Amino acid sequence: MNKREFLKDAILFFPAAATLQALAPTAEGKAESAKTPPDYDATRHWYGMGIDVDKCIGCNRCVEACKAENDVPDEPFFFRTWIERYQIRQNGETTVECISTRAAPPEQAEPEDPTVVRTFFVPKLCNQCAHPPCVQVCPVGATFQTQDGVVLVDAERCIGCRYCIQACPYGARYLNPKTRTADKCTFCYHRITEGLLPACVEVCPTEARIFGDLKGRADRLVRFHRVNPISVLKPDLNTEPKVLYARLDGEVR
Amino acid sequence: MRLPEQVTRLGIVIAIIVAAVLLLRFVILPDSLFSARPHQAAAVEREMAKPLRHAGVAACRECHEEQFELKYGGKHRNIGCENCHGPSARHAADENAEKPRLPREREFCLACHGFDASRPNGFPQVDPQQHKPRKKCVACHDAHDPVPPKTPQECGGCHGRIERTKALSTHALLACSSCHTVDERHMTEPRLARPTKPDSRETCGGCHAAGSTDPAASKAVVDLASHGGTYVCWECHYAHLPEGRK
Repeated sequence: MNKREFLKDAILFFPAAATLQALAPTAEGKAESAKTPPDYDATRHWYGMGIDVDKCIGCNRCVEACKAENDVPDEPFFFRTWIERYQIRQNGETTVECISTRAAPPEQAEPEDPTVVRTFFVPKLCNQCAHPPCVQVCPVGATFQTQDGVVLVDAERCIGCRYCIQACPYGARYLNPKTRTADKCTFCYHRITEGLLPACVEVCPTEARIFGDLKGRADRLVRFHRVNPISVLKPDLNTEPKVLYARLDGEVR
Repeated sequence: MRLPEQVTRLGIVIAIIVAAVLLLRFVILPDSLFSARPHQAAAVEREMAKPLRHAGVAACRECHEEQFELKYGGKHRNIGCENCHGPSARHAADENAEKPRLPREREFCLACHGFDASRPNGFPQVDPQQHKPRKKCVACHDAHDPVPPKTPQECGGCHGRIERTKALSTHALLACSSCHTVDERHMTEPRLARPTKPDSRETCGGCHAAGSTDPAASKAVVDLASHGGTYVCWECHYAHLPEGRK
């Protein structure tokens, strides 16, 4: 490259670079404001859910409401949220049964099993981990964490490889048979961004589920976090779940 | 003054390049490429645009204030309307579009109130076979204010399991009040005034102490001074079924 060529390139480079520089932020700002409602700022939220295990009565209304709200297939093995019954026996044996797979509640009360020492229901759903393993493994970047902490799936990018379903330590994902893409709890993202509660929280009859914003100073969930002994599922995996369980039995996995 | 030809040519080249960059930026490349998270922003937008199915209690209250107030004063105060009436966003948008469901069958109430050992202690549950079988729950209970129309006066109304156990035991003829003192308020606010349990051995000792003349208790007479140490009798013996396991 001689002197003349160098000068020519340099003269052309700077105005072009400056133009791009000046245009980029304004263009991005315009795109953002067109996409999200102006009154919703995702960076000011960090959503989570509190579950009071002592209050769950295992009525399955949350499962029904979730299926209705989010078009989850009716077959009793596709769930965004489900309920497990734990039974801990005298010999230390623990049995776990997903009661959401039942078609209807039993006709008559089941006889009490005298060997069961304690028994309770545990609602489960996507833990909306702060460090989600499912996001790490997605080969096409279809699943991601939003700025308000919710892990979403982009159904248009998902190739249905099921890798995230394998990676989720909580079994919270399933492959939607209609779209052939991975699907999971979104905390009812279309509801919470409008200031409504997720469908499962809306219908829970005993307030076993609390929805809130961990960034809110006077939020219900922050108070729930403060006054209850809190544990999370599989803390040893360092996924930092945002679904907080109060008074969770040590047997729950 | 006339510009040198080189400068004019350079100007034209610069103008073409700037025009090409602008064309590329605003016409050819999609907007989403310049957002901080291009495809994610579009996915978030799609997620937020999904239709609502549940309207939420606040929306129900706008028209059904009366039912809301009734429910809010009763035991079902924390239950959202759509728990029983089903997803009703379409009804909330246009009241004639869809009528919310109105469940009146027994099975619906029993999904929450049927006895299940895994339910938390103190949650009101009935054994569907024992509690007015074949009668609709709504025949006696208003679902918006579900305290029964008449508070049960017999202990067995709420403590049916204990009553049935006791009826088969040797204590069948003893009234509940012979061992428990029950405050009037227990009938309406069961948790605020709990019945007493015997706090000394004298209660059972009245019949079962050595030297008792009660013919019914003569088979189970013990010497209170030597039997059981400092324990109150019911800590070892289940008084509702004394011949059962100890």
